[in-house]
Amino acid sequence: MRTSALLHRVFLPTIAILVFGLSWEIGGLIFNVDEFVLPRPSAAIGAYFEWQTAIWPNALQTLFTTLVGLGLAIVTGTLIGALIGYSTLLYDALYPLLVAFNSIPKAALVPVFVIWFGVGTLPAILIAFLISFFPIAVNVATGVATVEPELRDVLRSLGASRLDLFVKVGFPRALPYFFASLKVAATLAFVGSIVAELGASNRGIGNLMVIASSRFDVPLVFAGLFVVALMGIALYAVFAILERRVVAWAYR
Amino acid sequence: MEQDQPCVALHNVSLFYRSDDGREVHALEDVSLSIAQGEFVAIAGPSGCGKTTILKLVAGLIPATRGQVLIDGVPVRGPQKNVGMAFQNPTLLPWRNALQNVLLPLEVVAPHRHHFRSKQREYEARAHELLQLVGLNGFANKPPYQLSGGMQQRVSLCRALIHEPEILLLDEPFAALDAFTREELWGVLQSLWLSRRCTVILVTHDLREAVFLANTVYVMSKRPGRLVHVTHIDLPRPRTLEHMFQPEFTNYVHEIYNRIGEVRA
Repeated sequence: MRTSALLHRVFLPTIAILVFGLSWEIGGLIFNVDEFVLPRPSAAIGAYFEWQTAIWPNALQTLFTTLVGLGLAIVTGTLIGALIGYSTLLYDALYPLLVAFNSIPKAALVPVFVIWFGVGTLPAILIAFLISFFPIAVNVATGVATVEPELRDVLRSLGASRLDLFVKVGFPRALPYFFASLKVAATLAFVGSIVAELGASNRGIGNLMVIASSRFDVPLVFAGLFVVALMGIALYAVFAILERRVVAWAYR
Repeated sequence: MEQDQPCVALHNVSLFYRSDDGREVHALEDVSLSIAQGEFVAIAGPSGCGKTTILKLVAGLIPATRGQVLIDGVPVRGPQKNVGMAFQNPTLLPWRNALQNVLLPLEVVAPHRHHFRSKQREYEARAHELLQLVGLNGFANKPPYQLSGGMQQRVSLCRALIHEPEILLLDEPFAALDAFTREELWGVLQSLWLSRRCTVILVTHDLREAVFLANTVYVMSKRPGRLVHVTHIDLPRPRTLEHMFQPEFTNYVHEIYNRIGEVRA
């Protein structure tokens, strides 16, 4: 990475985060905000170190359900996206159904999943999957559907099959859209996991936050939020780096 | 005799299609033409007259409503494998460099696709050779966005020729280029054709381009497109840009220009 790129993508965001945290800290001190209402970052960090042996297994549980849910969303989202992107017939038939599914508030499904699968890991995975599936499918469909007709003619005039067309043109053409959606989907998947854990799990950061708030330990609630935010940034960064490598041609 | 059999033949071809707003469009009316093996044909006419449609019929991308399209005496049913196409837009794949773009047909067309891996060296050498022929030495590893419009069009020509097609179909390939680049590429295309002798159908609205490149120039009418005039260009090869200022060249251009004027009136 060139120095200017390093400055822009690592150094500047770090400064922004530090400034944000410091203003919060100082604002809390000046206005003497009660820790029970809004703990200062230092209190949350203190709570983190006090409870880190309890936080990490839960954080890993949340990371696990998020990644499995996101993985499922990537596989099915890409498949469905490719199908409806290629076939106008399937697009017209399935799109309203997809929109209908996506319009359902995912939090409202948690109690349903508890009835079906009980309390535990599965509801969290499923909610993470459902919440991150839609942006992937829609973006892959857009990438595949907007292949230039002339490009299609070039390949068809060579006797290319539909599979050739997908492998040589449709798929690489959709990759920038896919990565764009992945960055949205990754952060959404965390939301899905934690929403499910709030009510339907005995493990995970969501569950930890419920227990902490029931004990009025607000700094620990915020420590949990910080850990989730950090994992979100990390996952986002992984996809951003992958994106730069795989679809460098789209960013010139 | 093989020579007697036309490479491409259209017998009384008409084409209707339904446009996006549901109207029936009469694109071609009773078009017949016969193109010999190794002939360079240009089709000129007003825009929207169905010139491109003829190329798509020959490539087998769309079926004729009436009449027959034959390649080497065999009726065309579906996309052909022994044709190469190039369009007004270079339509290169932005994620591939120039060389990989040129190689694309070999990854798709049988029988090349079956030994693409084992013969990759040989194929790459062939692609390099073509790129050199069109003056793109040293640009093989450049992505399309680092090439000028003229260079991209050269790559597009190489891609159309790499699988050594029997028929080359060109749809206004130089229309989007500046005058100097365009005339330079006429020379490039002519030398490619002289070295390969494949059959070429060039669609253009540039009459000087048609006369410079073709053996035979057809003039089409407004929609529904009909062939209204044929001119055989009897000028020696290789033709140079100086030839364009000589009376025998300009006479051809004038003659065809007048025909088009009649058609548009």
